[in-house]
Formats: sequence, C-alpha cells, structure tokens
Amino acid sequence: MTIDSKLVERIAKLSRISLTETEIKNLSSELDNILNWIEQLSELDTEGINPVFSSFDEEETKYRNDKVNDGGYREDIISNAPLSEDGFFLVPKVVD
Amino acid sequence: MNNLIKGETGDWEVVIGIEVHAQIVSNSKLFSSASTKFGGEHNTQVSFVDAGMPGMLPVINWVCVEQAIRTGLGLNAKINNYSIFDRKNYFYPDLPQGYQISQFKQPIVGEGSVTIDIDDKKSKTIRIERLHLEQDAGKSLHDQHPEFSFVDLNRSGVALMEIVSMPDISSADEAQSYIKKLRSIMRYLGTCDGNMEEGSLRADINVSVRKPGDELGTRCEIKNVNSIKFIGQAIDYEARRQIELIEDSKIIDQETRLFDPKKGETRSMRSKEEAHDYRYFPDPDLLPLSFSENIIEEIKSELPELPDDKKERFQKEYSLSPYDSNILVSEIEIADFFEAVTKGRDPKIAANWITGEFFAAMNKLGFNIVDSPITIDNLSKLIKLIEENIISKRIAKDVFEIMLENNEDPEEIVEREGLKQVSNSGELEKIIDNIIANNPDQVEAVKLKPKLIGWFVGQVMKETNGKANPKLVNDLLNDKLN
Amino acid sequence: MTEFSTLSIKETITSLKNKDFSVSELVDFHISSMENGRELNAFITETADIAREKASDCDQNYSKGEEKPLEGIPLGIKDMFCTKGVKTTASSKMLENFVPPYESTVTQNLWNDGAILLGKLNNDEFAMGSSNETSFFGEVKNPWKNNKDNFTVPGGSSGGSAASVAAGMGLASLGTDTGGSIRQPASFTGTVGLKPTYGRCSRWGIIAFASSLDQAGPITKTVKDCALLLNSICSYDPKDSTSSQKKIPDFEKSTDESVKGMKIGIPKEYEADGISEDITEYLEKGKEWLTESGAEIVEISLPHIKYALPCYYIIAPAEASSNLARYDGVKFTHRVDADNIIDMYEETRSQGFGDEVKRRIMIGTYVLSSGYYDAYYLKAQKVRAMISKDFKEAFKKVDVIYGPSTPSTAFELGDKKKDPLEMYLNDVFTVPVNLAGLPAMSVPVGLDKEKLPVGMQLIGNSFDEESILSIASCIEKSAKFDLNPNKWWINE
Repeated sequence: MTIDSKLVERIAKLSRISLTETEIKNLSSELDNILNWIEQLSELDTEGINPVFSSFDEEETKYRNDKVNDGGYREDIISNAPLSEDGFFLVPKVVD
Repeated sequence: MNNLIKGETGDWEVVIGIEVHAQIVSNSKLFSSASTKFGGEHNTQVSFVDAGMPGMLPVINWVCVEQAIRTGLGLNAKINNYSIFDRKNYFYPDLPQGYQISQFKQPIVGEGSVTIDIDDKKSKTIRIERLHLEQDAGKSLHDQHPEFSFVDLNRSGVALMEIVSMPDISSADEAQSYIKKLRSIMRYLGTCDGNMEEGSLRADINVSVRKPGDELGTRCEIKNVNSIKFIGQAIDYEARRQIELIEDSKIIDQETRLFDPKKGETRSMRSKEEAHDYRYFPDPDLLPLSFSENIIEEIKSELPELPDDKKERFQKEYSLSPYDSNILVSEIEIADFFEAVTKGRDPKIAANWITGEFFAAMNKLGFNIVDSPITIDNLSKLIKLIEENIISKRIAKDVFEIMLENNEDPEEIVEREGLKQVSNSGELEKIIDNIIANNPDQVEAVKLKPKLIGWFVGQVMKETNGKANPKLVNDLLNDKLN
Repeated sequence: MTEFSTLSIKETITSLKNKDFSVSELVDFHISSMENGRELNAFITETADIAREKASDCDQNYSKGEEKPLEGIPLGIKDMFCTKGVKTTASSKMLENFVPPYESTVTQNLWNDGAILLGKLNNDEFAMGSSNETSFFGEVKNPWKNNKDNFTVPGGSSGGSAASVAAGMGLASLGTDTGGSIRQPASFTGTVGLKPTYGRCSRWGIIAFASSLDQAGPITKTVKDCALLLNSICSYDPKDSTSSQKKIPDFEKSTDESVKGMKIGIPKEYEADGISEDITEYLEKGKEWLTESGAEIVEISLPHIKYALPCYYIIAPAEASSNLARYDGVKFTHRVDADNIIDMYEETRSQGFGDEVKRRIMIGTYVLSSGYYDAYYLKAQKVRAMISKDFKEAFKKVDVIYGPSTPSTAFELGDKKKDPLEMYLNDVFTVPVNLAGLPAMSVPVGLDKEKLPVGMQLIGNSFDEESILSIASCIEKSAKFDLNPNKWWINE
C-alpha cells in the first residue's frame, strides 16, 4: 500500500480538513509509514472469526421510556455557538 | 393497463423504486427525551444529545422500536430481532453530530410487501426491500438572511423509518397508489401520521427508463418530494426528460435531483455533486438492538385489522363492491365511521350515502370525517328513514342539507316539515285517478308509448311535493293505465 | 505546619475528622502548590475561587458531623471531562473557550461525595498522544527530571493528571484511558493509575475520543486512594447505553485482602525484546515479592498480543474520525469565517485541530472509506475478537496478569515528537487491555538508573478490579516507593 498525495487530498476532503502543500507531503509519508506498519495484520488468518465491535457484550439493551423530560433550554444549546441570532445557529448560506 | 410512454423511437417503460422517510409517532425522540411535537419555537425541543454536544450519548427509545416492529408486521415483513445501529458520516450544518445514526447492513425489518390496486379487478404487489430506524436531521432556513442560513435543531433526532421498495413500480399512478397505501397502513397502525405538509412523510424517488425487455437504465434520485401530487408530477417530468435525453443520444448522469413544484420540473442538486463516501460503521455508543420473539408475537397479537383484510371483510360481511370497499377502507376513520353508521342498517345504502352525498358535502364544506358536522347517530337515523321508506331518496337529500346546518335529528326534521313519504295507496289512488280524469289525451298517448308513464309519475310527485313513494306510484299507474 | 503534600486521601480524611486542620487550610495549601507549580503546565484552568468557596461548605459539614466519603478532598480533573460552567477544552484550540452547560456523570459523583474541584488538567489534544506534547496549551513537564537534569515527559494523554498528583497539586486526579492514557503517565510519574473495566464508569459528559475504548479512572498517590476514588466514580448511568448495571463492590476492602493462593500470570510474549533492562529487573523483583506473599506465578500465553497495537491504531482513529466530526464551526466556539460552508468547515478544522489529531482523523477516515473498510476496520475488529479470546483463556488459569506498564521509563521532552510511529509503540503493553475492555492498573515499584519512576501493570479479568487492587496493595507494601520528586519547579 502506498499513500500518495492524491489519496491524502481525497481523505482530507472527506475529513473536511484543508491542507497546505507541505502538510500533504508530510502526511503522505507519515500515513504511508503507519499504514505499512498496520499492514502486519494481514498475516493473521481471521477467516471465520466474528468481529467484536465493543467489549461491552454481556448485558441487555437498555431502553428509554417515551416520556418528554429534556430540552427547553435554548440558551444553553446556543451559548457556545460562534455565531447565532434570535436563537438560531448561523452558517454561511447553504444552497442546494 | 398499459404504462408505456410513447417516445420518438418507440415505447418506453418507467422503472421506479421509492424510499419513504416516515416520522414515527412517539412523544420523545429516538435517542433523547426531547419532544417531537411539530411547530415548536425553534431550538426549544433540543437536548444536549440532539445538539451533538461533546460527551453526549444516545439511549434508545423503546416505543420507537415497537413502532418499527409494528410497521414491519403491517408490511408482512420479516422482523429481525437482532439489528445494528450504524453511523452514516457526512458534514451538513443541520447534522449536529457530523453523522446520522441509522441502520446499514442489519436493519430491524427485512423483506415485505404492499399490495396496491391497479383498478377494480387488478391489484399489484410492490415488494419492500427493508425498513430501518434512523434519526432525522435539523432544518436549515435559507430565506432569513442574505449571507447566512439559520439552523433549527428541533427535528434533530426525531425517529424516522426509512422504508425502501424494490423497483417494482411502473408509473406515476402506481407510485401514488403505493404512497397512499403505505400511508394508510401506517395510519391504521398508528405508527406514522402521514402528514406530508408537516414533513412526517417524505419520499425519495428513483426513476429510470428502458425499452421493454432491456436492462435497467441509469437512474436518478429525486429527493424529498413531499406531496402525492408532486410525486406524480416529478415522475412524469423525470421520465420524459430521460427519454428525451436518450433519444437525443445523450447520456443520463446518475445523480440526485430536486423537484421544483413551481416549475413542475426536476433539477440537478449542485451541492451534492461531490461523490459521497458515508463510511458506515457500527455506532460504538449503542449496543446491538435485540429483543425476543415473544415481543414480536405480543405486538403481532395486538395489531389492528389492516386495510386489505378490512376490505375483504367489507365485501363479505356487507356485500359491498370492491370499489366501495376500497374507498371505505382507505382511511381507518372512514372505515370506523361507516361501520358505526351501518350498525343495524342496510350497508349498501349506508355505503352509498357515505361515499356519495356525505363525502361530497364534506369536501365542499372543507370538513374532515373526524370533525364532521353530522353525528354518526343522526346519519344512521337518516339511513333508517330511507331504508324504511319513510322518506324518499330525493327528500332524504333535502333532509341531509338541513342536517348539515346544525346536526338536527332527521326524524325531527321530517316530522316538523311534514316530509314523510306518502305510502298510503288509497290516498295515492285518489290523486292518480284525478290526474287520469283530467288528462284524457295523455292517457291515450301512453297507450301507444308506454314510456310516457313517466309524465304521470311526475304529476303525482308534483301533487305530493315529492313525498309519494315512487315504487307505489309506478305500481298503481301500471295497474290503471295498462 | 502540617506537611499536607505527603498525605494520602485516606490520611487526610482521618486528619480532617480529627480536626488536625480544616478543609480551607488544606485547600489553600493545594491552591498555592498549584500556583507555585505553574512551570509544570499541568493545569489549563485553575478554579481556586470555586475550591475556596466549596471548602468552607465542607468545613461546616465536618463540624456538623455530616461529612460525605470524600468531603473536602481537592482534586484535579482532566480537561476531557465536561464541568458545568467551567471551561473544558480537551486541550484543543477547537474548544478553547467551550463552557459546558452540564456536568459529566463521574465528576458529578465526586462532587456528590464531597470532593472539591481544584482545576482542569492539561492532556494531549483530545487525549491523542503518549507524552502530553500535542496539547494546544503546551507540553506538561514531568516533576521527575532524569539524572542528566533534563526535562522528561509526564506521559500521556493524562499527563497533567499524573504530573499534578506527583507534584502534590491536588490529592489525586481523574484521567481517561483509551489506550493507556492513565497507566502510562502514572508509570512515568510514580503514581498509581487505574483504568476500570469498560462500562464501570459512565462515559456521559466525557469528551469522546474512541467510544468503544474510552474509560475514566483515578490517578492517586496510593493504592488505597485509588480504591476510594473508584468507589465514588463507578456507577450505573441510564444515560450511557454502555454503562454496566453490575453491582459495585467496596473496592477499599480489596486493598486489605491477602494475596495468598492467588495465581499471577506472566505472559511469555512480554519477555520479548524492547523492554529496558531496569524494567526487566523490576519485573523479576515483583515476582519475588508476590511469591513471598503467597501468590503463585504461572506462565501464560497471549499469542495475538503483538497485533494489538496495529489493531488499536485502526479502531481508535476510526471512531475518533467520526466522534470529532461534530467540531465543524457551527456549535462550539472556534470558527474560521468563510464565504461558503465547505471552506468554513475545512478552514475551521484545519486550524482548530493540531497535527496529531488531524493525522488520526485522516487514518480513521481512510480505514473506514469505501473499499478499505473490510481490509482495515473489519479486519481489526476480528483481530480484537482474537485478542479478547486470548485474555479469556488466560483468565481461566490466573487471577491477575502481571507485567510492565511501558517498555521504557519517561523519555525526554521532544524525543519522540518527530516520529509518530515511535510514539505509538510506547503503548504496546497498555493497548491490549482497552481492546478487551479489561481493568488494569499501574503501580510504582521504584526508580531506574536515571532516577525515573518505574511502573508495573496489573491486568484483571472483566469486572474484577478487586483482584488487581489486592495484588497492587501487596506490591506497594513490598516496593515502598517514595513519591517524592525533587521540587525543582519551586523557586526558593
């Protein structure tokens, strides 16, 4: 597996992170290095193994009842927003 | 029925698959305890969880799970008692977590079906591929400010069922029937109110065209169509557009499009041009969703009678036509209203009255069956009056008009206005004899042209202010004139 | 004048009950320690005013005889825990001014038991790092300098938590551990650090790094203190779907249990290369102490353990890439203005996140992306299953697994900053535990040739913190480690 700058740019786009030319260059070699090291997993035969997505596997699902007892604190929801007006979050205009 | 569309190069077939987003009827959201009520002040029905605040965690609402199971059972579908919540990752301002919790590889409901009526005799089965649970996003308002969009998170986290059909739908009409039927089933079940204006039911429509027998063509997805009328218009427009493109030897881009109701057109969605890669993976904040077979059985045993079964029963129990049954079962409120009115009455008369005069009046006055100005009791009494020949059908219409005004008891109206049908043959004979005696020319004429007997009927009605029993009048006239 | 800084929580509570000194005096002492220790850069936010105010309430409770289990104990809290009305940054520019309108469940548990917030502690940005050098608020210095008199790292990501306790700023602290972030810094600073079983502590209100691995835990001076804090922070929380409903035992009691007859497993894979000589020496010493106390040493095998690290570096970044997507410039403080939404996102995230965080988001995005999911993410989760199984097999034979916490003692500041992979390798002994969700702890055993603390790791079976606390207590007694770094940071 080789990570080139084009792939790095694609991942950065998906991650919504803008990168400078230098960053792209550095990340290409760093990620290439890391992913090559990760590659050692491929030597393990995992045929027929069930994946474990969480170590929390013993207990039954917990459910919430259908009562409304949360919300109603708009000020707290908005208080950390970098830009807000009249209780709305503001973002640069989105056009479909 | 022929669904083919004529093009310059011959006939074309339309292939349609629909993804419906149905808002689940519940008090609180799928993973938080904030309210789902429509129309609240912006950002007031938002918990820290719904706003994607750091460290906040989802906990699932059992009622939403039950509703999905119920809906699955109503779609004759397989219920998976082990399913997984995945994160669907993408950036959008009204998606506060940066991902939507949805179900990807293992949905709660598997394959099922919905039957739609093509006409009185023919029906068609539309296969359902799956139903899964997911969160709704918030809402962006674009018309508040020249530079900014405003974000309201009230809807964020509301439970949705995404119901995906197979590409079994072949026309705009079928698509509309499918949505209506699906909506009706969910309303019967009480799992989705189906209110399209409020966004409780939205459809993404996949449309492609092909020459009959050919491989499937390239499809376009029309996003978020929110009325049955627009669904029809959007499909018709889109099918035409695709046919014209192909016939012009142009390529159809597989893309997401939006329907513009003002222009009646679909157009490409520019903001979604970038190829998506949702990077689904199981949400580590949630355990797999599992429940026992017993729970499914329990929910099953409590299901109400659904439209298809009800229709069959109406045909059998009340000897109604498929057409009338269809109309009566289309909404559970109508079916319930009919059954209440018809109790102890002639079902055919009741059905005719409800689907005829009653619906027409409701439409005209802008009433819904649930807020009808005429009570079940009084409509039932009116049917009784007709059934027992106390008033004629014509008079019944007049009585009905009066009832609409203030829900007056029809028996009282008939009494007060003296509208009882004259079914006394002695009384009628007197009148008839009189008419015969006064109209010798007509008596002669009717001997040559038996059809002219209608003139005599008219005269009798005139004399009795329409209250004469028409059957009796006919019988008497026949006796006397032939 | 009482020498407050040498007291454990246990001893402090006894003194407070005896009215040897007041909570206010205690808190004032810790506030001045905190202020005198600013060169260590352990605290991001000092909350002296809150602490003083609460101290007088606590004193009243003592005088009324209504004191709660941790009444008046000043604690530092890692800046990954949301604290209501107190700035919580995750050591990131992204949350530089974030003030949570809610309190995390575990910290709330501590306040309910009478503990006092002294300040918010520095860590690696979003808990991603093993040296506390990735913090937006600057590196933390280890109170222990090496014998060349050079600065060393306190470890990470809970570097501030470990450094503060070692330096006597607060009686104990709270950290989080996703791949070793409590145990590795504890071992670098001569403190006791415990990561409970996944699900013991609620994750509600803790800024998420990798949800299936994150767990809160205490960093303390003594094993008993560790048990005391554990008693307070563990709880079933209906707000966290992965919070355990299992009964919570009295952990303090476990620290007095005899280890006689207990079986201690030593993985043969640990004796492989890469461990420093000093650490190997202590490993052997530990075996002797345990045998002398009546425990039995058993060799075990964890055949897939060497795959834990690459496995972790798929899973943790994958979850992180998704968990950190919410920092998009819309809701939380930091935003770079732009004409359109995409540029706003990209610039905000580019400037708001540091290099290591960006690196991990990129790795995570990559391993989840279409076409790579099966080869990386799914594969890793299968390997995780194999590693968990290794541990399950081992715990059929032994009560506790014993080994080093880290391959080396604290390294010098800047030493491994340049090479991310070299930094990652530091977590080789701690990471497998998180993958399997097991409880584990690091106990200080002595100093190496460079005069830097050495920590040993004890791993327990799922929900068996009690056994590791018993063993840790035994080791502590034998090792007689003196947590007393030369206080070079105090200007005379």
